[in-house]
Amino acid sequence: MNDFLAARMQMAFSLGFHIIFACIGMTMPVLMAFSEWRWLRTGKTVFLDITKAWSRGVAIFFAVGAVSGTVLSFELGLLWPTFMQHAGPIIGMPFSWEGTAFFVEAIALGIFLYGWNKLNKWVHWASGVIVGISGVMSGIFVVSANAWMNSPSGFDWVNGKAINIDPVKAMFNAAWLEQSIHMILAAFISTSFAVAGVHAYLILRKGANAFHAQAVKTALIFGSVAAILQPFSGDFSAKDIAKRQPAKLAALEALYKTSKPAELIIGGIPNDKEEKVNYALHIPGGLSFLTHGNFKAEVTGLDKFPKRDRPPVLITHIAFQIMVASGILLAFISVLYLVFSINWRHILLKKWWIVLVACATPFGFLAVEAGWTVTETGRQPWIIYGIMRTEDAVSPMPGLHYSFYIITAVYILLSLIIIWLMKRQISSISQYYNSANEI
Amino acid sequence: MLTIIIIILGASFLLYTLLGGADFGAGIIESFAGKREEVTISKAMAPVWEANHVWLILAVVILFTAFPLVYSSLSTVLHIPLMMVLLGIICRGSAFTFRHYDIVIDKSHKYYTLLFRVSSFVTPIFLGIILGAMMLGRITFDTTKGFYEVFVAPWLNLFCIVMGIFSACLFAYLSALFLVGETTIERERKMYVRFSKRFMLLTMLMGLLVFIAASIEGHDLLSDFLHSVTSLITLILATFLCPVIWHFLNKQKNKTIYLRIGAGLQVSLILIGWFYIQFPVLIKMKSGSSLTFFNTQAPESTLQQLLIALLAGLILIIPGFIYLFKVFKIKSNSQ
Ligand code: HDD
Ligand code: HEM
Ligand code: HEM
Repeated sequence: MNDFLAARMQMAFSLGFHIIFACIGMTMPVLMAFSEWRWLRTGKTVFLDITKAWSRGVAIFFAVGAVSGTVLSFELGLLWPTFMQHAGPIIGMPFSWEGTAFFVEAIALGIFLYGWNKLNKWVHWASGVIVGISGVMSGIFVVSANAWMNSPSGFDWVNGKAINIDPVKAMFNAAWLEQSIHMILAAFISTSFAVAGVHAYLILRKGANAFHAQAVKTALIFGSVAAILQPFSGDFSAKDIAKRQPAKLAALEALYKTSKPAELIIGGIPNDKEEKVNYALHIPGGLSFLTHGNFKAEVTGLDKFPKRDRPPVLITHIAFQIMVASGILLAFISVLYLVFSINWRHILLKKWWIVLVACATPFGFLAVEAGWTVTETGRQPWIIYGIMRTEDAVSPMPGLHYSFYIITAVYILLSLIIIWLMKRQISSISQYYNSANEI
Repeated sequence: MLTIIIIILGASFLLYTLLGGADFGAGIIESFAGKREEVTISKAMAPVWEANHVWLILAVVILFTAFPLVYSSLSTVLHIPLMMVLLGIICRGSAFTFRHYDIVIDKSHKYYTLLFRVSSFVTPIFLGIILGAMMLGRITFDTTKGFYEVFVAPWLNLFCIVMGIFSACLFAYLSALFLVGETTIERERKMYVRFSKRFMLLTMLMGLLVFIAASIEGHDLLSDFLHSVTSLITLILATFLCPVIWHFLNKQKNKTIYLRIGAGLQVSLILIGWFYIQFPVLIKMKSGSSLTFFNTQAPESTLQQLLIALLAGLILIIPGFIYLFKVFKIKSNSQ
């Protein structure tokens, strides 16, 4: 494997690994604080049990999130020193705010996880709320740094050097808001549906009980609201990309030729040689409408860009289809959930519904991984869009592929251990929590 | 402005050495202690280890924001030892948490423990190696010189390795002193006192070896110290604190707080002394030139924003930290 490809894969792998823990780290504190709050208000032990059971699992995810994040902050330099040399002073500000958020988070988390019997109940609850807020803040900061790579601003690029740096402008670049909103929603969707799915699966296996039923409900409240908002946020992002990064839009829609009106290409396999998409569903005027709100508008295709400036179409297009399909599926389940819980509560106890929720478990995280693939691969060949090429940023060290193999092996092993640990954790739930035995 | 940033960078490095160091050291001490001590050690570390390690992240972030060239140069030429540190950090953090949170206790705990101990030992060694390589002056960016000369030779040498072992001993010493105050069992307390003494002697010995190894490798560390009055004084004070701490260790009822202040002071003195002879150099290169705080600093506007973020952060963090340690360290001791 050549070193450049290895570096890209290592970055992708490490980020793809970290993002799972980051999503959990942003969402679970909110779910736990919500559940604890219900316990404080109602005094029902089932809410306390859920909070405690979750917090045991979450502690593991947090630790792995922290170490994999630490790895990332080094990897940016280990793999892309030239990028960091120029980008560091420009996007260092969001990273330093992120550092602050981590501190607050780590401190509050220590208090939340280990302070059950040492603190006033409301102080304990407040520490959980602080973990949630700082987790979301750190997500926003780091996504702004990434948004800057898509939409660089706050500096002038003169003779291969950044001058007149304005870190504030760089942080609040054109893409930060839509990317942050989309990311936070994504975190809530992916984690909530995964949590609801696992508890639904346990209901199927072990029969209904108060513990799992309440856990599914708590998670779905958050997940469904976010999942219904997400397609709107995604549409907002796509419209923005059409202006900001037309090559990325063309790649994710697999639009080889600039067209007016442009058709929406659903599914299919893009073929770069023939510049067409096989086996796809074509909706006339669809893309024109989605990007410009007008069925007749012109949409820029890949033909407007020289070959060496085009992102890989196949990966970007397929990843985009996976994200959107998962998004629509989850939004559909969410609408059903809200409708049922207003008027047809008995349906929520039906087996087919529980099976549906259980089947939805992986789709949120699938969409997160696919979405990041779209964003990052769609930015290629640029590491800083329009400014610096990825291949010019890579470390000159020979043998980078060895670190890729090692990191990959370690992360796969860690993932297996975590899955196994969670299984052990889950199988002991009914032993530790009484509400898990109540019908 | 630059001065304040350098002070904060130095402080976070110092705090990482003290707090993170005691965490690493705990893994080393555990290897020499018994089964039962594992519990004390885990209990002492669990609530604070994550917060302790954020100091490293802070230092890295300050480095790449304010001194980007230093960050990118280090991560290019010291790729291999940095990678080892990362692997150590991953393995150590995960193994510790798995051990602490795995509900079922069986054979798997043996593996967590093994991994935790090995990585607690390996990581500080490579941290020390990296520091050594920064000061030794063998670093070059001329990639035509060949892989070994550029990516291996600057850190794989006697001096750097001795620096690595010195760091591991220092961390173990810090940790042993810290643990003296963490246990209520007399037998355990005695054992940690013993460990503290042994690792104090070992650290002093390794400190001596650092000077010897330096001169073997042609880096005259001793005369550097002799030329700087401040550094010499800090070194002497740090050495003088040894008998003082020894005295407090011998007392039947240990005044934990004195031990901790003493150790903190010692490490701070050593680092300040080292900082003085290095300043303003961050990386000494083979060519004779060096990367310093001054020739790598980011533009004013960046430093200003960084400083705002750091100061705002400190206002939030310091009370938080004090609260965390109050809840877990002081209360648990008085119970
Ligand atoms: C649960 C996760 C999830 C779901 C259901 C969706 N997305 Fe998404 N999407 C993400 C998770 C995600 C993400 C992983 O969070 C990304 C990567 C970068 C970012 O900010 O969000 C992303 C990026 C992303 C981008 C690229 C943004 C950029 O490069 O600046 C577009 C155009 C969309 N999404 C559009 C959509 C549409 C039209 C959806 C309709 C259903 C959708 N997403 C559902
Ligand atoms: C956590 C969610 C993220 C995921 C899953 C992700 C995924 C990816 C992927 C798939 C690539 C490889 C692209 C390719 O080479 O085809 C990549 C590259 C990269 N990403 Fe991200 N990314 C994430 C967030 C971020 C953030 C927040 C940053 C920085 C602030 C970042 C910085 C980079 C860099 C520097 C590269 C390498 C250069 C490049 O390939 O353009 N990423 N990432
Ligand atoms: C979109 C991408 C990302 C998001 C949303 C995100 C978000 C988060 C969140 C919420 C946490 C805390 C939760 C936990 O500890 O499990 C976290 C941890 C961490 N992240 Fe990320 N992150 C992203 C990418 C990155 C990148 C690119 C870096 C490095 C440059 C990074 C560095 C870190 C570090 C160092 C930690 C550990 C902090 C601690 O000790 O608590 N993250 N991240």
